[in-house]
Amino acid sequence: MSTANWTDDQPIVSLKDVHKSFGDFEVLKGISFDVKKGEVVCIIGPSGSGKSTLIRCINALTEINSGSIKVEGIEVNDPNLDKLELRKRVGMVFQQYNLFPHRTAIQNVMMAPVQVLKQPKQEVEERAYALMKKVRLDGKEHSYPGELSGGQQQRVAIARSLAMNPQVMLFDEVTAALDPETVKEVLATIKDLAQDGMTCMLVTHEMGFAKEVADHMYFTDQGVIVEDGPPAEFFANPRDERTQKFLGQII
Amino acid sequence: MTRKANSRQRLQASLQSGTDLPVLRPRSEVAAAYAEKDGLAFLRLNLKAWHGLVLLTLLLFSAGVAEAQSGNGREGVFSILIKWTPLLLDGFVFNILISVMSMALGTVVGAFLGLMQISLLPQVRFGSWFVTQFFRNAPWLVLLFYAMFMLPFQFEIAGVTIPFPDWVKAVIGLSLPVMANVSELVRGAVQSIPSGQWEAAESLAFTRRQQIWQIIMPQCVKRMLPPWMNLYAILTMATVLASVVGVNEVMTLADQVKAAEGGRTDLLAPLYGYILLLFFIYSYPIARLTVQLERRYAVKI
Amino acid sequence: MDIFYNWFRELYEATGINLPIFYNTFDRERFFSGLMMTIYLSAVSLIASVVIGVVGAWLQGSKLVWTRRIVQVYIQFFRNTPPLVQMYFFYFGLSALLPTFENEYGFQQPILGAFAWACISLSFFAGAFNVEIFRSGIEAVPETTREAAESLGYSRLGAYIHVILPLAFRVCLPALNNNLVNLVKTTTLAYAIAVPELLYVSGQIWSDYANVPEMMTVLLLIYVGLVGILVMSMNRWERAMRLPGYGT
Ligand SMILES: Nc1ncnc2c1ncn2[C@@H]1O[C@H](COP(=O)(O)OP(=O)(O)OP(=O)(O)O)[C@@H](O)[C@H]1O
Ligand SMILES: [Mg+2]
Repeated sequence: MSTANWTDDQPIVSLKDVHKSFGDFEVLKGISFDVKKGEVVCIIGPSGSGKSTLIRCINALTEINSGSIKVEGIEVNDPNLDKLELRKRVGMVFQQYNLFPHRTAIQNVMMAPVQVLKQPKQEVEERAYALMKKVRLDGKEHSYPGELSGGQQQRVAIARSLAMNPQVMLFDEVTAALDPETVKEVLATIKDLAQDGMTCMLVTHEMGFAKEVADHMYFTDQGVIVEDGPPAEFFANPRDERTQKFLGQII
Repeated sequence: MTRKANSRQRLQASLQSGTDLPVLRPRSEVAAAYAEKDGLAFLRLNLKAWHGLVLLTLLLFSAGVAEAQSGNGREGVFSILIKWTPLLLDGFVFNILISVMSMALGTVVGAFLGLMQISLLPQVRFGSWFVTQFFRNAPWLVLLFYAMFMLPFQFEIAGVTIPFPDWVKAVIGLSLPVMANVSELVRGAVQSIPSGQWEAAESLAFTRRQQIWQIIMPQCVKRMLPPWMNLYAILTMATVLASVVGVNEVMTLADQVKAAEGGRTDLLAPLYGYILLLFFIYSYPIARLTVQLERRYAVKI
Repeated sequence: MDIFYNWFRELYEATGINLPIFYNTFDRERFFSGLMMTIYLSAVSLIASVVIGVVGAWLQGSKLVWTRRIVQVYIQFFRNTPPLVQMYFFYFGLSALLPTFENEYGFQQPILGAFAWACISLSFFAGAFNVEIFRSGIEAVPETTREAAESLGYSRLGAYIHVILPLAFRVCLPALNNNLVNLVKTTTLAYAIAVPELLYVSGQIWSDYANVPEMMTVLLLIYVGLVGILVMSMNRWERAMRLPGYGT
């Protein structure tokens, strides 16, 4: 694996000229950027601009047409990609939680490490309880997803991803399906993670939150990155007209 | 702002369409789905025209095999089938007649039984529940036998003798399971109506009878129609059971045809294939309609 | 036990209600073997129909159009024609076209007997429903759930085994159970091709003793009881398997 030559000081995620089309429709038209270890990156942009597609490509849920995506030196756009190696490193949280409804919260967290990574059950269990505590859900370990609120389900989903000990976490509009009250709980959990030094890539509509946690902002429109920069500068005086317009509508 | 709202809306819409399944449905809808299951809704029949063609091919194939085996000097299978078609069609029409009458009888009695299942009196509720479960669990053929052997061949009411020929007994025998299934259908449909409807009607001072007939039932009919039609399809398939107890329907006539042709066993495959085809052709439009209705009513929630 | 059996003899002598299946050893054994045959026939067809359902559902997900079409033809053929005619078609029609072999007495004997044909036709009949039931169960699992499993490192097969199938199974269990109960009731059709199951032996007994009303009633009660027990245990199983938090 090419991971051998990868070192901490290189970007942990690196995209170069990524193109993606669905049929005739080009969704990503040459995206390039780097994410350093421990960095928190927020991607914003109008609907249909390809944010979800971008995030999914990093996790190899969607194949790209050309370009290169590297995660810790692993080339994602490689027909012989070892998906397990990639997914051990990249955790993903979905908008719809996607918990497995036939398993309890703690079982959801433990399933993949035990069944996929074949780690000893006892060890995983300890870690799982610790993670449930970390997402502030201790006491709910034996509830089924159907018995939890949306915000609680989403935090179980975060714990479930963390149980794989990923190096990068991807969040795709994880609060979009929640009501305003529960949004806070989930955002607080993500903030904890960011402060612990986890590399995070977030697609979000929560501008206040982005301003607060992001190290770097990206604005996408029509499949290209229009503008990027540190949040203070990005929000205070956006240079591009489209960014100005978008921010004007949101805030 | 509008753009963002739009995005949310679209998202919501796509989510809803992407997850219209029991796994992620809210409680009430799952309950409705379970209620529907009781109403045989799962026995969905969906057909396309070419299925009939395939069946026809099968028939022709088996006829061809029989033809090849029949050798010289014997009448071809096709001409035999054509020769006897009027008789077989007569028999088939009788099957349809039996099915229509059983369905009518079973539906009327079953509807009342179903309403009794939602009665406010516990004894009535239990009694009708028991009758429903009893006839739902009994095999159709056993019920048919029961009706055949246990009903008298004639009735005498006030000096007038009413004959009870076999086919009338068959109609009664087949209507028993129909009755039980309709009863469950009615109960399931009524229970799937949100309790708010009852309460609203109650608060508007409707009597219980009015609540049922003017508020609840009209809402149930739509829900019940597709599974009711499915039940009819199943009943139609069951009418051939009457041949086992000697009613002159299409299967009995097929045996007679075989006997008339000197008991040629090579005739059987094409003959039965022919009957399969008759049933298929008959159930095709009904099944199509059922699926369409199901779709139409499914959209409106 | 003997007291119990004798009670029926006395019942017959006192009231004329004749139930030789209790007091006559031969008839008791005959009736019991019929009951066993019904259970055996049900069990074999049940297992075979579930296997057909799983294989069919898997084939229906095939990328090849013709594979899917053939499965579809199979489903539509068996769902939309009377099972009794299917059984006749198989037993009288097809078996007449199949080759025969010579048995030890020098007679020509068909390769498959009535029991085998009953199993085949019942399995294919119930299997046609099972294919659609399993298929709809698998389709009920959202694509995103599969993606979530994949993003946790599950392979396609792993996601199938650990996530999709367990979920699909729970979703389609009510419909599956309903169909299996129907199958048990449908085994009575084997009567028509002289498989010695419960209905058939009862027919033999009532023609021997001319005790139709008694036998019919016993038969009806036994079937209703048998199916009732089955339905109840299935319902209990469904409740145990229901997804917590979904459904009442
Ligand atoms: N599987 C697919 N097949 C075809 N087109 C797709 C597919 N997935 C996404 N698209 C299209 O790609 C475009 C970008 O989609 P994407 O989901 O990445 O947008 P987004 O920026 O995440 O939007 P939103 O804010 O609404 O989530 C959209 O126009 C969408 O219709
Ligand atoms: Mg998106």
